[in-house]
Amino acid sequence: MPSITRDDVAHLAALARLSLTEDELEHYAGQLDVILAAVASISEVAADDIPPTTHAVPVVNVFRDDVVRPSLDREALLDQAPAAEDGRFRVPRILDEE
Amino acid sequence: MSVSGTEIITATAVEIAELIASKQVSAVEVAQAHLDRIAAIDPSVHAFLHVDADGALEQARAVDHATAAGQAVGPLAGVPLALKDVLVQTGVPTTCGSKVLEGWLPPYDSTVVQRLRAAGVVILGKTNMDEFAMGSSTENSAFGPTHNPWDLDRIPGGSSGGSAAAVAAYEAPLAIGTDTGGSIRQPAAVTGIVGAKPTYGAVSRYGLVAFSSSLDQAGPFARTVLDTALLHAAIAGHDPMDSTSIDAPVPDVVAAARRADVRGMRIGVVRELSGEGYEPGVQARFDEAVSLLRDAGAEVVEVSCPSFVYALGAYYLIAPSECSSNLARFDAMRYGLRVGDDGDASAEDVMRLTRAAGFGPEVKRRIILGTYALSSGYYDAYYGQAQKVRTLITRDFEAAWGSVDVLVSPTTPTEPFRIGERADDPVAMYKADLCTLPSSLYGGPAISVPAGLGDEGMPVGLQVMAPVMADERIYRVAAALEAALNDRWGGPLLQKAVSL
Amino acid sequence: MSATNTAALMGYEDVIENFDPVLGLEVHVELGTASKMFCGCATEFGAEPNTQVCPTCLGLPGSLPVLNRTAVESAIRIGLALNCSIASWCRFARKNYFYPDMPKNFQTSQYDEPICFEGWLDVEIETDEGPRTFRVEIERAHMEEDTGKSLHVGGATGRIQGADFSLVDYNRAGIPLIEIVTKPVAGTGRYAPEVARAYVATLRELLRALDVSDVKMEQGSLRCDANVSLRRTSESPLGTRTETKNVNSLRSVERAVRYEMQRQAARLTAGDGILQETRHWHEDSGVTTAGRIKSDADDYRYFPEPDLVPVAPATDWVEELRGTLPEPPSERRKRLASQWGITDLEMQSVINAGAVDLVLATIAAGADASASRKWWMGELARRANDEGVELETLPISAVQVAKIEAMVMSGRLNDRLARQVIDGVLSGEGEPEAVADSRGLQIVSDDGPLLEAVRAAIEADPDAAQKIRDGKVAAAGALVGAVMKATRGQADAGRARELILVELGAVEGV
Repeated sequence: MPSITRDDVAHLAALARLSLTEDELEHYAGQLDVILAAVASISEVAADDIPPTTHAVPVVNVFRDDVVRPSLDREALLDQAPAAEDGRFRVPRILDEE
Repeated sequence: MSVSGTEIITATAVEIAELIASKQVSAVEVAQAHLDRIAAIDPSVHAFLHVDADGALEQARAVDHATAAGQAVGPLAGVPLALKDVLVQTGVPTTCGSKVLEGWLPPYDSTVVQRLRAAGVVILGKTNMDEFAMGSSTENSAFGPTHNPWDLDRIPGGSSGGSAAAVAAYEAPLAIGTDTGGSIRQPAAVTGIVGAKPTYGAVSRYGLVAFSSSLDQAGPFARTVLDTALLHAAIAGHDPMDSTSIDAPVPDVVAAARRADVRGMRIGVVRELSGEGYEPGVQARFDEAVSLLRDAGAEVVEVSCPSFVYALGAYYLIAPSECSSNLARFDAMRYGLRVGDDGDASAEDVMRLTRAAGFGPEVKRRIILGTYALSSGYYDAYYGQAQKVRTLITRDFEAAWGSVDVLVSPTTPTEPFRIGERADDPVAMYKADLCTLPSSLYGGPAISVPAGLGDEGMPVGLQVMAPVMADERIYRVAAALEAALNDRWGGPLLQKAVSL
Repeated sequence: MSATNTAALMGYEDVIENFDPVLGLEVHVELGTASKMFCGCATEFGAEPNTQVCPTCLGLPGSLPVLNRTAVESAIRIGLALNCSIASWCRFARKNYFYPDMPKNFQTSQYDEPICFEGWLDVEIETDEGPRTFRVEIERAHMEEDTGKSLHVGGATGRIQGADFSLVDYNRAGIPLIEIVTKPVAGTGRYAPEVARAYVATLRELLRALDVSDVKMEQGSLRCDANVSLRRTSESPLGTRTETKNVNSLRSVERAVRYEMQRQAARLTAGDGILQETRHWHEDSGVTTAGRIKSDADDYRYFPEPDLVPVAPATDWVEELRGTLPEPPSERRKRLASQWGITDLEMQSVINAGAVDLVLATIAAGADASASRKWWMGELARRANDEGVELETLPISAVQVAKIEAMVMSGRLNDRLARQVIDGVLSGEGEPEAVADSRGLQIVSDDGPLLEAVRAAIEADPDAAQKIRDGKVAAAGALVGAVMKATRGQADAGRARELILVELGAVEGV
């Protein structure tokens, strides 16, 4: 099982939009290593022919009818927003292209 | 005839409902008695994050109007309840134990809350929890830990520690918690009360702030098995707003709790859930309880479930993976905490700074771990593999059902430790879930019922597990054990607690 | 970032001479369902911001998705119409990435289990050697949800670059999308831009015929991303491709593909590599500009969506849906072409112009097929081209065109006057009758004033008059011309000619 480095943690933190301090990066790297060692036991256990289980009760085809239902009150929503303007959520300037 | 405050708060939900229905006491008096109790002792226990006195009294008044008008009311009408702060309730602060949602007022009700209201249950307030349900001690709350009413220096378990403590401290006869890897059962065990995790899909998750979507379930806490069953029946049932909700009638858990008869039942003791790491006191109380079940007419055998030992590994890959995705929405754009918006910072910066400031260390740890387990190149080895282990565990359960009706084990390997004792040792903390994880991964129902006191004088619990959708079985066995133990003790275990 | 950059372009003939283009087209279709993919919010276009949102499409804590059955039906019908196989069992997956217009910071989509896969669509284009059919192979069509919309405030162009902040509207978040992805389209050679355009146009007709979407490119209910790569020969391995977004019209599809071919060819010839990036098309300046570089940071960490259960369409449900398909486009094309008396090639032109339904609607409103085609493919197509817009966005309806044609048929207008009425309608002056009235457009066919004009013309041109008396009837043309001039084109030319001939005794009076 590969060891997690501080750089790995930095990369993961970036993917997860988490700002971590140097201390945190080191600390988490160490802790994650310990956790991964603890979970290492499962790596050999399930052979390729074992199917994964994603749901406890295997159900398929749960649908709803294409019917319009009431939406939320906009005022109540925007009241809870960190910032709002002109009926919209105001967010800081976005750097990444869509 | 007047009923004293003490009598009210120590009564069971069944007794309270009867007092209200027979008009010996009003729902408002009942609510007030509990609000007074909370005011008196919660500064020490810290079970509650928010007490909704106005809301509670209003709900209580509605019940009183209904009974005065002669309307039929349900079996829990007017009974107070503490709600884990992970379920949304319109206009009532919901924090999930996190700074990131401090001050957030949901604009909608969870289905659980809708059903509680329909049942006439009086919601007193929101209880403390490990942040976003991640933890086994409630020490990961951003708002300070909850204290075990048995010993205020000790943890009440987690992540539903606040709900469990509220019931154990007589602040409410009923509470709702959520259980992902054991977060109802383990707190119930270490606070000496009853707590159940229904079959996955039995209780709607609409409005339950998601931690691990394929494992989360809301469930009941109470001081008796019958009360627990009544609450289970009130909240369970198909919900079209939750695609994973089971579309089948709710098993008759209340009848099973009343039946309390294990004659002719076959009970399997899980071999792998014992041994190293299990405190002698925990093991001893478990063995004694199993003997009582045998005396009550059950056939007891040992069952081997070899894949159960992999449950910890699988869980600590599946849950963090799902949570890393579920918690991505907390990005300061639409609600919740926003940090660093100085007019110059970018949206990306504000997201990073907010999440860094808003999430605690355990949450960050699991987000990083989950992000890793899902990363390209690692998915098959981690998340993918863990889902296969789930299949193996399911097969062990299904094999067991060929020879037994239920499985039993201690609920958790140790007595509740002191607050702060395991703070720096996440893996040691994770081991609290060893017994509860298998049924979480399988999705079947499980309950913890008080089994006695351990060597340090703290409560320990026995866990009953049943097949998926056979929720009535856990109540049947639990009720039988409860009756036998109460007989032996001369009353419920809680009476032995140091009164607050 | 200037929108008029100075990227070098290789001449198109040289591009074709030296390179073999490969295309990939990704089309997103916004379904016209009444409610969203996973919740009951309305999907009306143009509603007040954030008035069509709920806990689910806003991704509020605790919310859960429930799948819209009609969206699934539309997905299956689209797949069947594209000759795809329909999965017997498939799931949704979470595509995880952060962006302010994404309420959950993951998109619920399909990853390795699309509901439809392995299909094709034939498109016809006009080549120097005559009409050719290209079979565009479809890799997959899958279900996903749309994102919210951001308004970038403060920058010069309303784009992200240079903006101070953004305002987000989540009405669009959660609207059902079907993403249709082609396999690499090779062998188009010099016709790559035309094939790209024809594919999108044909796909659009098909989707409209299925009635699953209003497929309005300018409103964003049909979006196209064009992938282009070049290789030396058809035996060479595939080159690095770029993905071009903001291709908002059929015309843009064609132009953007051509531009990218020329830009990439210039770079490759200069020895520079092609960056695997997302580019942005600018219709006004006719260029693509650099966007985001695709990198390892695009780790979407896909995993099956735990809040939804698998979709397993039963065989009889799929067959029932197959029965609801409209006639296949190729058959429809042949039937209409035969009805209208035009060739397959002419039919494809109508399709490529996006005019089929407009023509059909004009016929339904009472005009004949030939006239309907004439107006839409002639005058109106010219107008649309001049303005650089799609035919259907012109502010004139099929009903109005039919009315104008009716006025021509009734003798009130001739072609020239009819074009003026069209002008008026397009300028917003009102309905055709009202425009004709207020502008005083009317063929003069009242014999009184016409006769005056005829006599005046005869008097003014005695030579022509004499030729006609002598039997050279062709000379009437000059006199008709004079009458038309005198009446500012409003004379009924045919009647004027008759009157001239009668006046000069060349025919019996009528």
